[in-house]
Amino acid sequence: MLTLERLEIVQDDFCLTADLSVPTGARVAVIGPSGAGKSTLLAAIAGFLKPGSGKILWDGVDLADLPPGERPLSLLFQDNNLFPHLSAAENVGLGLRSDLRLSSSQKEAVSNTLERVGLKGFGNRKPAALSGGQIARVALARMILRQKPLVLLDEPFGALGPALKGEMLTLLADLLDETGATLLMVSHDPDDAVRISSQTILVAEGIAHPPIDTATLFANPPDALKRYLG
Amino acid sequence: MAKRLVPIKPVYGLGAVSAALILLLTLGTLAAVVTRAEGVSALRPADWAALRFTLWQAFLSASLSVLLAVPVARALARRQFFGRSALVTLLGAPFILPVIVAVLGLLAVFGRSGILSTMLGWVGLPPVHIYGLHGVVLAHVFFNIPLATRLILQGWLAIPAERFRLAASLGFDNADIQRVLEWPMLRAVVPGIFMVIFLLCMTSFAVVLALGGGPKATTLELAIYQAFRFDFDLGKAALLAVIQFGLCAVVAVIAWRVATPAGMGAGLDRTVERWDTSNPVLRAQDFTVLVFAKLFLLTPLVVIFLKGAGAVWTLPDVVWWSAFRSVLVALGSAALAISLALSLALLAVKLGQKRTAGFVEGFGYLTIAASPLVVGTGLFIMIFPFARPSDLALPVTAIVNAAMSLPFALRALSPALRDIENDFGRLADSLGLSGWSRMRLLILPRMRRPLGFAAGLAAALSMGDLGVIALFADPESATLPLQMFRLMTAYRMGDAAGAALVLLALSLCLFWVFDRGGRVDADT
Repeated sequence: MLTLERLEIVQDDFCLTADLSVPTGARVAVIGPSGAGKSTLLAAIAGFLKPGSGKILWDGVDLADLPPGERPLSLLFQDNNLFPHLSAAENVGLGLRSDLRLSSSQKEAVSNTLERVGLKGFGNRKPAALSGGQIARVALARMILRQKPLVLLDEPFGALGPALKGEMLTLLADLLDETGATLLMVSHDPDDAVRISSQTILVAEGIAHPPIDTATLFANPPDALKRYLG
Repeated sequence: MAKRLVPIKPVYGLGAVSAALILLLTLGTLAAVVTRAEGVSALRPADWAALRFTLWQAFLSASLSVLLAVPVARALARRQFFGRSALVTLLGAPFILPVIVAVLGLLAVFGRSGILSTMLGWVGLPPVHIYGLHGVVLAHVFFNIPLATRLILQGWLAIPAERFRLAASLGFDNADIQRVLEWPMLRAVVPGIFMVIFLLCMTSFAVVLALGGGPKATTLELAIYQAFRFDFDLGKAALLAVIQFGLCAVVAVIAWRVATPAGMGAGLDRTVERWDTSNPVLRAQDFTVLVFAKLFLLTPLVVIFLKGAGAVWTLPDVVWWSAFRSVLVALGSAALAISLALSLALLAVKLGQKRTAGFVEGFGYLTIAASPLVVGTGLFIMIFPFARPSDLALPVTAIVNAAMSLPFALRALSPALRDIENDFGRLADSLGLSGWSRMRLLILPRMRRPLGFAAGLAAALSMGDLGVIALFADPESATLPLQMFRLMTAYRMGDAAGAALVLLALSLCLFWVFDRGGRVDADT
């Protein structure tokens, strides 16, 4: 379970507070107007920002002293999820060993995972030779291999067309079924929230509200959400 | 302000070591020199003359370079013609052109028995005198017109095209545009460029060694060399070194405060569309300016080529050995310059906060104020109690050259490293990519281009350097530029031209190999 305990993130004149918890295995959308602090919230959980006060706990363990690479989570960004000078297989392999000195069984795991996301035979290609959808698949493959219990997605499919995005969300849902990981996904598209997540965290006006049932939220939106949805 | 959680890894300790080494090389050597200085009372009239000459020739050189560069830059900014981009590239070449090679070329054109004097003889005029103030300023102008032209051209191209369109729609003629658009731009960029060239001319050594000298044309830099090499008067050398360092520091600070012209300048390969310059007088003016610029810059090099090509095959072995030593020094110096620059840049990026990062990078630019001969003198004083300095001539030369290339290397690497951290720093952090893995898998592959460029620059600068080596070397440890200078002073001009050609070819080759190596198959 992810717990944000009276968390306060301060950046210059921006302030975001959160006091909530996300049960293990839940799929939670994070929505809200742009600039509200959705990405900032994820960055704090991932360890890129030091909170002003409060705690971030995973299964009761305080994450404060763990550097980003050692936290029990995988993070996909909006873009730059792959290193352009490394091949797809190398990018995925980084999920197993950050120095890329892979054993032959690890190499096999890499190619199996690439096959799992539908990229059999694409291992030697560099990102420049892959489409946007394929790049997202490579990033998902690395996410699977890292086997972290918490997955943070910061609009990684934002630049894809609607059909492709739907495809990715389906693949993501399947992968989460297999791994049982907990998901926190930032999106500015309410449809995404409905589609993949049972619960939604609304980030607006300096507060990250506790997750509530997605259907209920949209059936009876609070004022802040109404203004955002227009 | 939220702080980064990622701890500083030991690899960044290298940055601290580099910073310390640079402090030792600049302020440390200066301190070593100061312990030997005798006090201001020891300044004799000749030293005051050297001080005056240093400032006067630097002032003349910088003024002439800028004045002559303005029309060339203007012509390049508003004319599109065949060979324009080649000319712009050529303007970058003096940076890696060995000074002593250019001096030999200038002697062949402007010297007593050079092309110009011969032509003057045909119409009954006396030959020109190149030694002394004339020659020093001529050579400095030769080197700095290209630099000034490139920097002023950047200023011209930085005027937004919309302004020229607006001016055209308002019916401005050429004079209006000069008044409203071009003069304000020149007023903004020229002072900074003037100060940079002033500083370069103040610390220039090889030019003054070859073309200056004597009571009327000795700079502080040359006086340090003479006090050290001929009189073996360490106290005197030390005193002059302190004055030179102080002067350079003051000028460097002024140059930095006035304005810092931006870097090596990418994107000079375009012109701005103009509607006010089609009149035939302006066309003829630009044409003439460009022809003279090309003649002035290319003739000395062509002459070297013509004279040297025949002599290369009969060069004595000693020249080839010195060439071999020079290549080794250049490679060592490039490796050191890159290590210093990279570790400093890593530390600066890691520290993040503007003030501390600027402070760390500032160490790298400290070497601008330090003249190579001051550093060399200081190192000599430090080494003297332990070893014979001439035994260490080559390593010391490589180290001093590396320190001198450092500002340029830092300028190429720092922004690239910042971009990498901005684009991929978080991804690398989230994957736990740190230490040597981060270096090997992220930083080095993504920095190949600037690394290649900086290494090429450092190698070429070191290859052509005739500075500190002149202080230390005995005949067995001469580098190629020094060997070439010895041939010149022995009036073996044919061999000197051959050596010059070899030196030029090796400098360009080193630059090309590294720069090319950084580009081939680079995924950036």
